[in-house]
Amino acid sequence: MNNNAHLGDRKFIIGGFFVLIVFVYICRLFYIQIIDESYKISAAQNAIEVRVDYPQRGVVYDRKGKYLVKNEPSYDLMVTPRLVKGCDTIALCQTLEMTKEEFLKRIKKACQAPNSPRKESIFEKQMTSQRYATLQEKMYLFKGFYVQTRSVRKYPKPIAAHLLGYVGEVNKAITEKDPYYKDGDYVGITGMERGYEEALRGLKGKRKILKDVYNKEVGSFMEGKWDTAAIAGKPLYSTIDIDLQEYGERLMKGKIGALVAIEPSTGEILAIISAPSYDPNLFVGVKERSKNYPVLNKDSTLPLFNRALQAMYPPGSTFKLIDALVGQDEGVISRGKTYYCSGGYGPMGNKPKCHGRHTLDLVNAIAQSCNAYFSYTFHDITSQNKFPKYVDGFNNWREKVMSFGPGTHLGTDLPYDKPGNVPSAAYYDKVFGKGRWFGNTIVSLGIGQAELTLVPLQMANVVATIANRGYYYVPHCVKGVSNAKTIDKKYREKHFVAVQKPEYYLNVIDGMQKAFEPGGTAYASRIPGITACGKTGTAENPHGKSHAVFMAFAPRENPKIVIAAIIENAGFGGTWTAPIVSLMIEKYLTGKITRIELEKRMEAVDLIRGKNLLTKEFH
Amino acid sequence: MALRRSENSLFYGVDRITVLTYGLLVFMGWLNIYAAVYNEEHQNIFDTSQKYGKQLIWIGGAVIIAFSILLIDAGFYTVFSYWFYGIVLLLCLLVPYLGREVKGSRSWFRFGDVGVQPAEFMKFATCLALAKFLSNENLVIISRYRLRFKDLLKNYKNTLIAVMFLVVPMLIIKVLQDETGLAIVFVALIIVLYREGLSINFLLFGLLAVVLFVLSLVVAKITTLIIVLAGITLVALLFIKRTMRNIVFAAIIFIGASGMVLGTKKMYEKLEPHQKVRIDVLLGIGEVDLKDEAYNVNQSKIAIGSGGFLGKGYLQGTQTKYNFVPEQDTDFIFCTVGEEWGFLGSAIVIFLELFLILRIIFLSERQRSAFSRIYGYGVAAVLFFHVCINIGMTIGLMPVIGIPLPFFSYGGSALWSFTILLFIFIKLDANRLLILR
Repeated sequence: MNNNAHLGDRKFIIGGFFVLIVFVYICRLFYIQIIDESYKISAAQNAIEVRVDYPQRGVVYDRKGKYLVKNEPSYDLMVTPRLVKGCDTIALCQTLEMTKEEFLKRIKKACQAPNSPRKESIFEKQMTSQRYATLQEKMYLFKGFYVQTRSVRKYPKPIAAHLLGYVGEVNKAITEKDPYYKDGDYVGITGMERGYEEALRGLKGKRKILKDVYNKEVGSFMEGKWDTAAIAGKPLYSTIDIDLQEYGERLMKGKIGALVAIEPSTGEILAIISAPSYDPNLFVGVKERSKNYPVLNKDSTLPLFNRALQAMYPPGSTFKLIDALVGQDEGVISRGKTYYCSGGYGPMGNKPKCHGRHTLDLVNAIAQSCNAYFSYTFHDITSQNKFPKYVDGFNNWREKVMSFGPGTHLGTDLPYDKPGNVPSAAYYDKVFGKGRWFGNTIVSLGIGQAELTLVPLQMANVVATIANRGYYYVPHCVKGVSNAKTIDKKYREKHFVAVQKPEYYLNVIDGMQKAFEPGGTAYASRIPGITACGKTGTAENPHGKSHAVFMAFAPRENPKIVIAAIIENAGFGGTWTAPIVSLMIEKYLTGKITRIELEKRMEAVDLIRGKNLLTKEFH
Repeated sequence: MALRRSENSLFYGVDRITVLTYGLLVFMGWLNIYAAVYNEEHQNIFDTSQKYGKQLIWIGGAVIIAFSILLIDAGFYTVFSYWFYGIVLLLCLLVPYLGREVKGSRSWFRFGDVGVQPAEFMKFATCLALAKFLSNENLVIISRYRLRFKDLLKNYKNTLIAVMFLVVPMLIIKVLQDETGLAIVFVALIIVLYREGLSINFLLFGLLAVVLFVLSLVVAKITTLIIVLAGITLVALLFIKRTMRNIVFAAIIFIGASGMVLGTKKMYEKLEPHQKVRIDVLLGIGEVDLKDEAYNVNQSKIAIGSGGFLGKGYLQGTQTKYNFVPEQDTDFIFCTVGEEWGFLGSAIVIFLELFLILRIIFLSERQRSAFSRIYGYGVAAVLFFHVCINIGMTIGLMPVIGIPLPFFSYGGSALWSFTILLFIFIKLDANRLLILR
């Protein structure tokens, strides 16, 4: 390296630069230490404690403004072990009804990692207000302790446990991922509490408290200049109709299954039920939850399992609606097209079977749910001449089906939804060998059996699409956050499915309306005064009695509500599921029930007791 | 004392002023660590369960290291420069796989109760290697002759290699160990390249980049910024000679600057949340006032600001006693100084650090060997960078980056690495008269 003379001068530039920076720093120090008074402390010898102010979690209203979730105050006793000095421990133990050993054990725990003697940690969680009152009187005796007010959830009605979810304490994984959360904070674990965690949680505040040498609070530090107020969580305006939800849960009591009701013109979820359910109040507070969770978790009916979003059921005959739409769109069937049903699908030796021998057109095939008709339809859609390779025809069908939602995450605002399953060509290649499967091999797909599965929310979405004649809004359960009362744009966008011609929908809807007429599968569930359209389904269950599916919308013109429901091991869809759905439609549209007898019968049914239930298959 | 030391003495030629300043800083550092973790229950200064007790052990180790360095022949450091570099680099590569995780950090080797961060030692190794590379008699890192664009790569080859010496450890430490603070230090060595001939334009471009980064975060409308940039470019073109070359050059700068402005927001969005918040706090943008990060910097400023002119007196600080300030014994040690020793003490500490750095520059310039000079500048640059960032963040002038205050902060690896860094230079300097040009 040649050391040119001119480079030697650079030492002045470098040195000068260093001096300049230091000069700036000294000026800054001079400013904050001498000129700016705001950093000075008035009473330098006072001890200062930092308190966290926990905001109230946002409340949740139903669509008419009634409370779904409220808050209730709760009190935590906090301790900073290093400050515990000359504390009247006997009085404290007495007040808390605690032994000396327990007391020492908890102090020790507060000293050990992740806690520290210098950091406050929770000593006694969620005390009752009575205990808080007695404790408050003697608080001056307990140096190093203080009470922190927080709030816990309160559910005015014991419903919608799966929808609302619950709140729990953060774990290490969460605190490491998001610096907002500190040990002891609460966070939404499931349901709406999780989906809307950021809106609901609010913002924690910090307060600095001045204390004198006797550990008495003497005020805030610097008039609270550095304090930040807790900002309460934002309220949620839910789309749920609390009365419908409650009514639905009443009807679904004693059954295993799920029911989802949606307003098709907006995609707003009116009710979403997973049965059996539990009282959400059982999960409020650490003690309650740790007591009740294991019990519910062990229950063989899986009450904690959110079937509405996570149980993947074969749609059974309700899938014929999609067949009918795709079939018309592909031109393989039309309103007048008839097939002869020989008590089953002829080409495969009357398998799948059907319940009669008849020749039906499209509308009647839907109304009477003919298996043969839709087996032909499925076969013809996938085996068209325009597709030289069968797999192309199959993929074309699959793509169109998936545009209705099955096999995809709909993108709803509730967490942990399952996508269901529309089996892929790759899957069948693996099972049968490449190029060795054809329309007849997999014909049971056409009647919604085999590997085809949907979650109940998707079933409801399919009906909503039909009710809207060709599009859906992503189903969601919140229509407004805070006062803004707006939601994400993605819930206001129409999603158009692969079939768009209005007449195709008209034919299908005619068939669905006929299901409620004499000879239709849901005739017994007809609703006086309301033109409803529906479709039954019986999803074969290899482990036991079939699951009963029913989907419907009403009224026929300008539909206000769509419902899809499934009841496990309940046999034929028209027996239990259709009446329940029809009652809910009647309740929602007219506000009252005229078929008291039916209502009573449905409520009384208990399909759980004494049955050998094999529900684990949906995990 | 007119006692002439023999040439064979261990201390022959050792610059006493530097050693004294070093000793003073370490001592003051320890006093403040004691104050920062002080509590009534543990008052024994030799209590090794407390950090000030541990720091005494570290200091003892540092003294031994310093002596050892002076004992070894200066030629050793010159000859084995690349070896040091290679070995420490290898350790840095291995530590994520062989080391044990400490508080989520993957940069530590554990030996029983003691942790060592190899990345700390990368500092002196890089300085050595860079000095070795640049001290080659026949090497020109920058040609001062007019360049043609096609000769660019040829002419800048050596510059690129020199830069790689910094970038490689930086990348390894940042990507494999995720230690932003330890990685960013190597940027400081650009100063060394500048001293050795790198055109000032590069530094100015760097400065421009920082200014643009800040501006594009502060100014809400990016289009306005770009229009202003275009304006500046056009005005500049009025004043410079409008040769084809200059116009192309101006156009390239303008496009580069606009790209930078446009890219900043995107890049910024990709930062870790806590890093974003730190920048937001510094620039006072966004809704950050309620967050922890702003709170911490505020605490730090309160602690320092409450010190006044003379401070509250040793061990009398309240802000630094009640755990308001995070990391107050390591990265935020300067808060304790500010609170307990006031403006006077703070200024003394800053001046001491500055004095040491300027002294090193002075000593560097008197070296006959290019190696010693370049190494000396490396030491000065690294120390300055630490002082600048560390104190800057406590007084809210720099973003919060976790790097220690040299010789002051608690921590064995840091103290030892700074000691090694400095004493190799002291040894080289002591040896300067024996080197023939």
